[in-house]
Amino acid sequence: MNAPSNPSPVRPNDYSAYPDANGRFGDYGGQYVPETLMPLVHDLDAAYSAAKADEGFQAELAGFLTHYVGRPSPLYFAERLTAHYGGAKIYLKREELNHTGSHKINNCMGQILLARRMGKTRIIAETGAGQHGVATATVCARFGLPCVVYMGAVDVERQKPNVFRMNLLGAEVRPVTSGSATLKDAMNEALRDWVTNVHDTYYLIGSAAGMHPYPVMVRDFQAIIGREAREQILEAEGRLPDAVVACVGGGSNAIGLFHPFLNDAEVKIFGVEAAGEGLDTGRHAAAINGGRPGVLHGNMTYLLQDREGQIEEAHSISAGLDYPGIGPEHAWLHDVGRATYLSATDTESLEAYSLLAKLEGILPAIESAHALARLPEITKEVGKDGIVVLNLSGRGDKDVAAVAAHLGMEI
Amino acid sequence: MSKARIDARFAALKAEGRAAFVAYVMAGDPDAATAAKILAGLPAAGADLIELGFPFSDPMAEGPPIQRAAQRALKNGMTLQGTLDLARGFRAGDVTTPLILMGYMNLIVTCGIEAFARDAADAGVDGVIVVDCPPEEAGPLADALDAAQVSLIRLATPTSDDLRLKTIVRRTSGFVYYVSVAGVTGVKEADAAEVAPHVARVRAASGLPVAVGFGIKTPERAAAIARVADAVVVGSALVDEIAEAVEMNEDVTQRVLSKVSSLAKAVRSARVGQTTV
Repeated sequence: MNAPSNPSPVRPNDYSAYPDANGRFGDYGGQYVPETLMPLVHDLDAAYSAAKADEGFQAELAGFLTHYVGRPSPLYFAERLTAHYGGAKIYLKREELNHTGSHKINNCMGQILLARRMGKTRIIAETGAGQHGVATATVCARFGLPCVVYMGAVDVERQKPNVFRMNLLGAEVRPVTSGSATLKDAMNEALRDWVTNVHDTYYLIGSAAGMHPYPVMVRDFQAIIGREAREQILEAEGRLPDAVVACVGGGSNAIGLFHPFLNDAEVKIFGVEAAGEGLDTGRHAAAINGGRPGVLHGNMTYLLQDREGQIEEAHSISAGLDYPGIGPEHAWLHDVGRATYLSATDTESLEAYSLLAKLEGILPAIESAHALARLPEITKEVGKDGIVVLNLSGRGDKDVAAVAAHLGMEI
Repeated sequence: MSKARIDARFAALKAEGRAAFVAYVMAGDPDAATAAKILAGLPAAGADLIELGFPFSDPMAEGPPIQRAAQRALKNGMTLQGTLDLARGFRAGDVTTPLILMGYMNLIVTCGIEAFARDAADAGVDGVIVVDCPPEEAGPLADALDAAQVSLIRLATPTSDDLRLKTIVRRTSGFVYYVSVAGVTGVKEADAAEVAPHVARVRAASGLPVAVGFGIKTPERAAAIARVADAVVVGSALVDEIAEAVEMNEDVTQRVLSKVSSLAKAVRSARVGQTTV
């Protein structure tokens, strides 16, 4: 596929009907993987389709989400934050209250049940901030499966508490020193492991990215966020929100919130990318705002890359958003104009982190703080009578050391 | 014209009753000038075909040796166009040795698939292997390479069952590359006895010569594979020689070519006194 240089997108009637049979969201997605893995991704696709249609599987998943993860997560009216901005009413979808402290567990629970169903006996995963690694290690402990988590050596250093948590949960954390030693390199190493251990290993991808069927599967498992939020806001306000907002790295928490609202034309959709030190500095992680389409990790999507097509390092204070790509469904939603992708810098996100702590008594993950950072503009645009739902995708305890360092404090 | 070069080489080797030795090197490793010298010396050292890698920042199917080779090359400024320049330079001095480019999809997409196919043909490239472009995604690339008369060479692997092989061999030409182990390049060792039935299967499905690569490091192993396959590919062991020579401050070209000679000799003598396959 040629990279779509001049997208002339057709707006579909049904946004929820994607991907197509080839795993494509418009020009994006697909299965660009080494031949050794093709039979495995085909098997996974078939196994997932069967599980998705199986009421027994869905009931088992629902049971674990209720009793183990703690769903539904609350939709909380952030009264003081609303008053602070003086615009639209702000509701927070409290994914940080899930077991393990982020939305990541929703997907991990779904995929671990699928892995068991497929008879896989070894789990591998990649992680950036460590949230997905912790969630994966957690479900592996719960089901007694050995777990190897690949994590960039740089991230191991800046997310030490999560590394320790994974070890406590029985997982082996393998620091990755190749390339830029961050999330993309951890994903390369996980793929290398998978291609080497094809018979027993299940690769539990944490983002709505990578090769088909991962983007659709992860989205489906995360879409419980949006389904609950939709029901909860209808109950609280008697109507749909005017806007939904989430941070976007690979984009799993965002697509989980967005997807059930895609066909509600009156609901504006905002993703917030990590602008790092600023989009104009070149040191950021904003694939849509600062990249262009290409192929990496099995899919066609927006990527940070040089003129030649070499992948560039992403830069963000948030390890969870520090990825040079974005899930293919976001790439497509951007091109067709259904969602708007904004960005927030490290500094703006740190300010939003502190503000939420002070006004609402909630420490947000620094990832989620990127979404919070765009509330001034979004609440203003939506206006005083409006309603905004923001996905508070993770809790911020893991970030206190990094935040302190940026504030020049010692703890 | 280029497909013909691969076919002619395999036909000649079949007449000689021996397998081909295929040398893989990375373009620009350790630098463009040295890589050009290595390339030029490969046929005389015994390489029957040459695979020339074009470096990518995120080579997900490569083990550490080729990852590091790509990093050395990128650090020294190698590009896809630079790789094509190397190919052109090689072709100016050698009109018979098939030259195959091997790399990852993003650089080709960035270049433009049709432009890439045309440029490759112009540079005297005979075939292309794209590691992360399976048949499902290869339609436009296959069309463009067909139009440019360059072979699209596909990979078959230990995970390819008979049904999958049918998909793989469709629209492939020149030869099929059998990846002898499930894994990345240059880590696990290939076992000739295990590989033999798969080679036969791939040959039957494709009607094409079968090259075996991934995990062949020594002359002994190369000879064993040469008894069961139509071609033996060695890559990681060669780029490791480059890395060591750079580190020890030795003559890189001489060291790589001497390794090529010993491997080629082993491949050439593997079937002496044996009935041909």
